[in-house]
Amino acid sequence: MGLSALAPLWSSPGLLLVIALHPALSVPTHRDYCVLGAGPAGLQMAYFLQRAGRDYAVFERTQRPGSFFTRYPRHRKLISINKRYTGNANSEFNLRHDWNSLLSHDPRLLFRHYSRAYFPDAHDMVRYLGDFTDTLGLRVLYNTTITHVTLDKDQRAWNGHYFILTDQKGQVHQCSVLLVATGLSVPNQVDFPGSEYVEGYESVSVDPEDFVGQNVLILGRGNSAFETADNILGVTNFIHMLSRSRVRLSWATHYVGDLRAINNGLLDTYQLKSLDGLLESDLTDLAILKDSKGKFHVTLKFFLEEAGTNQSTDSITLPQDDNDNFAMRVPYDRVIRCLGWNFDFSIFNKSLRLNSGNAFGKKYPLIRASYESKGSRGLFVLGTASHSVDYRKSAGGFIHGFRYTARAVHRLLEHRHHGIAWPATELPITQLTSSIVRRVNEASGLYQMFGVLADVVLLKENATAFEYLEEFPLQMVAQLEMLTGRKAQHGLFVIIMEYGRNFSGPDKDVFFDNRSVGQTEDAWQSNFLHPVIYYYRHLPTEQEVRFRPAHWPLPRPTAIHHIVEDFLTDWTAPIGHILPLRRFLENCLDTDLRSFYAESCFLFALTRQKLPPFCQQGYLRMQGLVSTESLRQHRVESWLPRNHAATDSRLEDSSQQPGDHEPLDAPMAPGPLAQSLDSNKEEL
Amino acid sequence: MMSSGSSVFRVGISFAIVCIFYVPTIDSLPELSPQKYFSTLQPGKASLAYFCQADSPRTSVFLEELNEAVRPLQDYGISVAKVNCVKEETSRYCGKEKDLMKAYLFKGNILLREFPTDTLFDVNAIVAHVLFALLFNEVKYITNLEDLQNIENALKGKANIVFSYVRAIGIPEHRAVMEAAFVYGTTYQFVLTTEIALLESIGSEDVENARLYFFHCKLVLDLTQQCRSTLMEQPLTTLNIHLFIKIMKAPLLTEVADDPQQVSTVHLQLGLPLVFIVSQQATYEADRRTAEWVAWRLLGKAGVLLLLRDSLEVNIPQHANVVFKRAEKGVPMEFLVLHDVDLIISHVENNIHVEEIQEDEDDDVEGPDIDTQDDEVAETVYRDRKRKLPLELTVELTEETFNATVMASDNIVLFYVDWQAVSMAFLQSYIDVAIKLKGTSTMLLTRINCADWPDVCTKQNVTEFPFVKMYKKGKNPVSYTGMLGTEDLLKFIQLNRISYPVNITSIQEAEEYLSGELYKDLISYSSMSVLGLFSPNMTTAKEDFSEAGNYLKGYVITGIYSEEDVSLLSNKYAATLPALLLARHTEGKIESIPLASTHAQDVVQIITDALLETFPEITVENLPSYFRLQKPLLILFSDGSINPQYKNAILTLVKQKYLDSFTPCWLNLKNTPVGRGILQAYFDPLPPLPLLVLVNLHSGGQVFAFPSDQAIIEENLVLWLKKLEVGLENPITILPAQEWKPPLPAYDFLSMMDAATSQHDTEKVPKCMKETDVQENDKEQYEDKSAVRKEPIETLRIKHWNRSNWFKEAEKSFKCDKEL
Repeated sequence: MGLSALAPLWSSPGLLLVIALHPALSVPTHRDYCVLGAGPAGLQMAYFLQRAGRDYAVFERTQRPGSFFTRYPRHRKLISINKRYTGNANSEFNLRHDWNSLLSHDPRLLFRHYSRAYFPDAHDMVRYLGDFTDTLGLRVLYNTTITHVTLDKDQRAWNGHYFILTDQKGQVHQCSVLLVATGLSVPNQVDFPGSEYVEGYESVSVDPEDFVGQNVLILGRGNSAFETADNILGVTNFIHMLSRSRVRLSWATHYVGDLRAINNGLLDTYQLKSLDGLLESDLTDLAILKDSKGKFHVTLKFFLEEAGTNQSTDSITLPQDDNDNFAMRVPYDRVIRCLGWNFDFSIFNKSLRLNSGNAFGKKYPLIRASYESKGSRGLFVLGTASHSVDYRKSAGGFIHGFRYTARAVHRLLEHRHHGIAWPATELPITQLTSSIVRRVNEASGLYQMFGVLADVVLLKENATAFEYLEEFPLQMVAQLEMLTGRKAQHGLFVIIMEYGRNFSGPDKDVFFDNRSVGQTEDAWQSNFLHPVIYYYRHLPTEQEVRFRPAHWPLPRPTAIHHIVEDFLTDWTAPIGHILPLRRFLENCLDTDLRSFYAESCFLFALTRQKLPPFCQQGYLRMQGLVSTESLRQHRVESWLPRNHAATDSRLEDSSQQPGDHEPLDAPMAPGPLAQSLDSNKEEL
Repeated sequence: MMSSGSSVFRVGISFAIVCIFYVPTIDSLPELSPQKYFSTLQPGKASLAYFCQADSPRTSVFLEELNEAVRPLQDYGISVAKVNCVKEETSRYCGKEKDLMKAYLFKGNILLREFPTDTLFDVNAIVAHVLFALLFNEVKYITNLEDLQNIENALKGKANIVFSYVRAIGIPEHRAVMEAAFVYGTTYQFVLTTEIALLESIGSEDVENARLYFFHCKLVLDLTQQCRSTLMEQPLTTLNIHLFIKIMKAPLLTEVADDPQQVSTVHLQLGLPLVFIVSQQATYEADRRTAEWVAWRLLGKAGVLLLLRDSLEVNIPQHANVVFKRAEKGVPMEFLVLHDVDLIISHVENNIHVEEIQEDEDDDVEGPDIDTQDDEVAETVYRDRKRKLPLELTVELTEETFNATVMASDNIVLFYVDWQAVSMAFLQSYIDVAIKLKGTSTMLLTRINCADWPDVCTKQNVTEFPFVKMYKKGKNPVSYTGMLGTEDLLKFIQLNRISYPVNITSIQEAEEYLSGELYKDLISYSSMSVLGLFSPNMTTAKEDFSEAGNYLKGYVITGIYSEEDVSLLSNKYAATLPALLLARHTEGKIESIPLASTHAQDVVQIITDALLETFPEITVENLPSYFRLQKPLLILFSDGSINPQYKNAILTLVKQKYLDSFTPCWLNLKNTPVGRGILQAYFDPLPPLPLLVLVNLHSGGQVFAFPSDQAIIEENLVLWLKKLEVGLENPITILPAQEWKPPLPAYDFLSMMDAATSQHDTEKVPKCMKETDVQENDKEQYEDKSAVRKEPIETLRIKHWNRSNWFKEAEKSFKCDKEL
């Protein structure tokens, strides 16, 4: 994970030594894939590389995997849920509610075997990551601190250059592909007068005894700030929490990085007027003064500048001098900074162009939606450091999100360097509805990485068959053919999960009346996470993706379908979920996707020149579905509506011939049905 | 009486107009005294009067009907009145007794007819009778064929005839004919009959309903020639007759040299399609004759035009010789290649037929709801969901038990998903197999729900559902590829009790095998046993055969014999090695086939071909095997077992090679009741069974019927087949070639979203704000203002919007979008 702060001091002399003085010794060890960091993301990538039999190594600074978790979170409680029971046996579905496990083929390596706690202890994570590495035999080089990374141009290299990694011993490693999974390791510090008096989250005491009877000011309003507050809530005089913008509650924003309910004790005491409180102000305007008694006072940078540098602390103007009810007029015993983390750019040579330079670019390296660096081809960023792709949107910054993006990156690499196309299942078109229903009901990658990863259905010519691709990075859809090695010449469906467009936000009331939608015709207004299917006749272009409508995850499709949100997230209702989906697919493909019993296919075979796909692909291949006696009985009883086309309501494809559908009608009533109706008539 | 009908009515009509001024709109029945009534009668004007006693009840059924007839009769210039016979003013029309009251029709003050009230039983009868009396010359009532022929002869070369049959005078159809005669009576001679015998004598089969024919006599110059006639196919209503006559009036054939897209005739306006016969200079004469012939056949169903390709500026496809243009706007024209007049006719008729159905349905029922299940499998499974299946007869596997179970014993595994209708339908058959096998089989029937255990299913390479695999100890799993039904799966399981091919080791065993004795209990599942004969040294051939036998396991019994004394067998069955002996157990026959190629694939092909019968009973289960041959099916539909005579006749033809290009088969309606649905699609009305039809499924879809009045004997069949071959037979129907389109539309969420956005954009912001404010103000009274949030209220408002309103709005804004 995090790399030594000493790195910059080491790097230049080390590199010089190696290149100038020991050319013979420095024959670099070559590896196809180098992974930086043995945290969850690095290990997850290592797992996929190992399974694919690739030449790789993981470089880890410390002597065991997951070193970040040996210290963080400081109060040791992970806020990723460890839901061990769902009432469902489906292992893929259960990953939707298991936020700590890494992906593997080994069911023993599920986090629920490591902790019984719903919010597990961080030590269990360390133990888990260690076991994961050992059980799977992942190749990790421990105690190897990479101090410098640079590029070596070489025509023969996969990407036109090698990545040259130098470790603390001066050993050089040459890599074709570099996978950076070093997380965010540098505490974010805001520079203001008096910031030297501030204690950092990374080092502040976690013993509540140290805070007894104190006035505490916490800077920040994220989970680390609230976690720190929660720990000392019971012993302090009061806690004030100061941040630039209002608190964002994860249950309102649907973003797990925002304040989780488990940490929100301070909100409770604030709103119940128990002396604690929340304040909003830009930290960069502030200054903190230490008075003669060692207490801290909050004032404005402006006053400090006005007073000049020579003034003694006590004579500097405080806001309460003008405004005697100023909120932060009390002196504080401690000021604690909990402002999050930044990516460590220090070991990367400028030529890698990882840094963008703008404010956001200080936190995260600059990458594409394919997780590849914008500056250097062949450098991919994984894990928490890759969260710029879906910051404040989805789960890409967390184990339960990046375990899937690591898999996506691996699939891209398998195609790019080993000619292995993105895995896909080819199925007859009659299986289309079922394939989609199955995935939206169990897929965990779609569910966790909603709005980021998408399943893609690529249609074959004449829509008689299709290929099903799982968990492709949504924003890269225009480059799909190049990235996956699959062809999308005949149209495609993109399946994603979405919250309602206007539902999530820090200021939204997510408990309003009628928030849930039940009617299938209102499905597009669904608020909670629900499957959405986009249909495109042609692969969207990069332009179309870039200039897509505001708040749309994808360019405007030819047609769109929302499967109505479901309280149980079980989208298998025959009428409520499956039927509207089938109608949508049918109308996109301009065909009939119903299933028929062999008897109906027999009738069609002898009374029509064409057969519906289900009969063609099943019955005519001697795999027809024979109905049993009791089903036959039901078929006679149910007068299945004849399918006349309501042609006028078809908005698309005005070239449709009005009569087109009707010829199908007359024999639609299957044989025995027609017969039974006839016999009824006779009796009457 | 009347000198000329037409002049009467011109007077009548002008009178009616005058009427409007001095008797303001007589909607209700005027009541007059006799004296007053007679004073109102105008010369030439028709009037119907009902004379009744002054003290009679003011209302009666008759009076109500008469009251209703006032307006329609007024339209024809006929006034109606009720005349009250008072004591002072006795009139001879006033009956002596209450129940002898009558209605009288006058023209001017001349009495034309008197009607007992019971003949005027309702408004239709009143109008029909009155017009019938007035149109005495225009509508000739006849009772026999001779009368009709006389009228026909008199009018040849002069005028056309509208001949109609109604079951009785005074019924609605009669009224419709009379009303038409009122308009067209001077142009055409109307002839009316109520005699069924007359209708039958002109060749109508349907004598149940009213009929109307148009006799084209004006064209006939040769008196010995008969007038052509056209039957009106629609029910007799005033409007239909009117439309029909309009079409009869239109020219039979029009020549055009314009873009067919632009051409419009009266047919198109009346909703009938147009048929363009494409002609060129070289073949003009012949084309014109064809077109005329088509025009006669399609008279009343479509307009026929002769399109001169040479002078045409627009391009029409090279080979197209017929252009079909529907009456519906915006429907593209069809360019067809039809080399037979009958094909043109049936193409048109099929398409018209469809439209009629659609109209009927539109009238009767609303369009089906798109939320209504129209998938028969999903619907039946749903309806059956509460029935408890004896699932305990099969073992449910899980991720934990799967491997151990399939390793421990021979297993059949059903991979299914519990929410998928097809899976659940097949699960029922699977349970039925379990019931049938209960306690008799060593094969364990298991199932795994892939909705619960996706990893197991993926590992077993199962990606479609439902799917069946057989796991046998020490062998690779075998996928079941047969029908998803009880019988075929049962057969697969039973036949798999032994492994194939069976190694036969002695001549005696071989004979037992061929006779069916060896596997007595299995031959009911495989009607044929195959024995491969090889000399001991034919190693590759034997291997190939084993591969083929293994491939076919579960579908047919195969065995192999390659002992030193194999020649004893090959000699006995006149086979040259390597060879196959096919023992057909049902027929008790053993035949031999030499193996020219011993590739496994070829052997499989030979055996599957051999499984086909020469004259099978076609069933739901076996149709696909015969369908694959891509030959027209010659099907004998039989209600019950086939008559041996017919069977022999067909088998003789097979032997004589007459049927080589067909797949002859028969269908037992008792075993395959769905066959009735097929017959209904072929025949209307359905002739008596048995019926022999030839269905050209793979090229063109024509259905030919062997004439049902002929005996199914060789000579007739041969003759019929010859006629078919040279194209002398016309198809009774052509199977529709339409693609399977979506049965119903889907929700168009994209437009709904567009509508919401454009609605949001166009709505003036202040108005929107205002509404929100109002709601906020309301709430302020009892809630802290800061607690009221704007966004949710906005959302709420949309939600509570009346749904129908919503769609209207959505539609409106969608239209606006388009216009812009």
